[in-house]
Amino acid sequence: MYFDTVGDFLSMGGHGPYVWFCYGVSALVLSILVGVARSRRKQAEQQIRAIVRRKKASSSSTTQH
Amino acid sequence: MSISSTFHKWGSPRWFYQFSGKLLPWLAGLSLLLLVGGVIWGLAFVPADYKQGNSFRIIYIHVPASAVAMGAYMTMAIAGAIHLIWRMKLAAMVMKAIAPIGASLTFLALLTGAVWGKPTWGTWWVWDARITSVLILFFLYLGIIALHQAFENRDAAAKACAVLAIVGAVNIPIIYWSVEWWYSLHQPASISFTGQSTIHPTMLRPLMATLSGMYLFFTWVLLLFVRVEILDRERNTRWVQDQICGESR
Repeated sequence: MYFDTVGDFLSMGGHGPYVWFCYGVSALVLSILVGVARSRRKQAEQQIRAIVRRKKASSSSTTQH
Repeated sequence: MSISSTFHKWGSPRWFYQFSGKLLPWLAGLSLLLLVGGVIWGLAFVPADYKQGNSFRIIYIHVPASAVAMGAYMTMAIAGAIHLIWRMKLAAMVMKAIAPIGASLTFLALLTGAVWGKPTWGTWWVWDARITSVLILFFLYLGIIALHQAFENRDAAAKACAVLAIVGAVNIPIIYWSVEWWYSLHQPASISFTGQSTIHPTMLRPLMATLSGMYLFFTWVLLLFVRVEILDRERNTRWVQDQICGESR
């Protein structure tokens, strides 16, 4: 550890706010990218399930008649 | 295996989907390990810069975001060229998937650069060659996203985006050499592949960790986006429906 105390680590000789802001925003932006990819994946899966359900429903109704 | 059969295999969305699925956990784990580990190393253990003090620690996110933003653009331009020349659909999907990731990374590069500039140069922003050309990179990414949404027709959108991506690639060498061609407030590159790097090894090692971590993170998220694109486009095919709903039908 380069810093002597946790306070020193957080303040970074006055540069703390600049440094922590950069890492905070970066963590946020990178998590948003992963989050967007995941939610789009869920949407796509739901649409595919709906297509399969419709296909099943139409094929079972045609075999019954 | 001949070149053309390799090409066909890689161009097959189904093969790509199944192959990339195996890579995902490795890419996710390794990228997060390198990014988180490298950042903790760089923030807490590396000594402060003798000139800049602690503000230099922003390097561990600023350089990876900038470098990968440029690398992503080149990948997008190459994918665009492959799509135009060989009509490979997968290349169009890769191109579309890169734009939002590249825009996010360029945004981070500009923002962390501005925040680093304030305590170091005394200003958030200057209109110098390096910073302006990276701003142009950001607008190129936004332009490609907008162009994609402007077209109803998917193929027309991909063609237009490929042309813009290829033309815009001229900006990449300009960004790279801007600090040498013009007098700039931005410091020149500290890492050299051909000669001696001017950055101390203790500062360089965590940077190598976050840099490689960011490349892997980009690859991971790119695969996530491309896979969604594949599912969307091939939703009416049997293999996609089997993939999502299981084989039992």
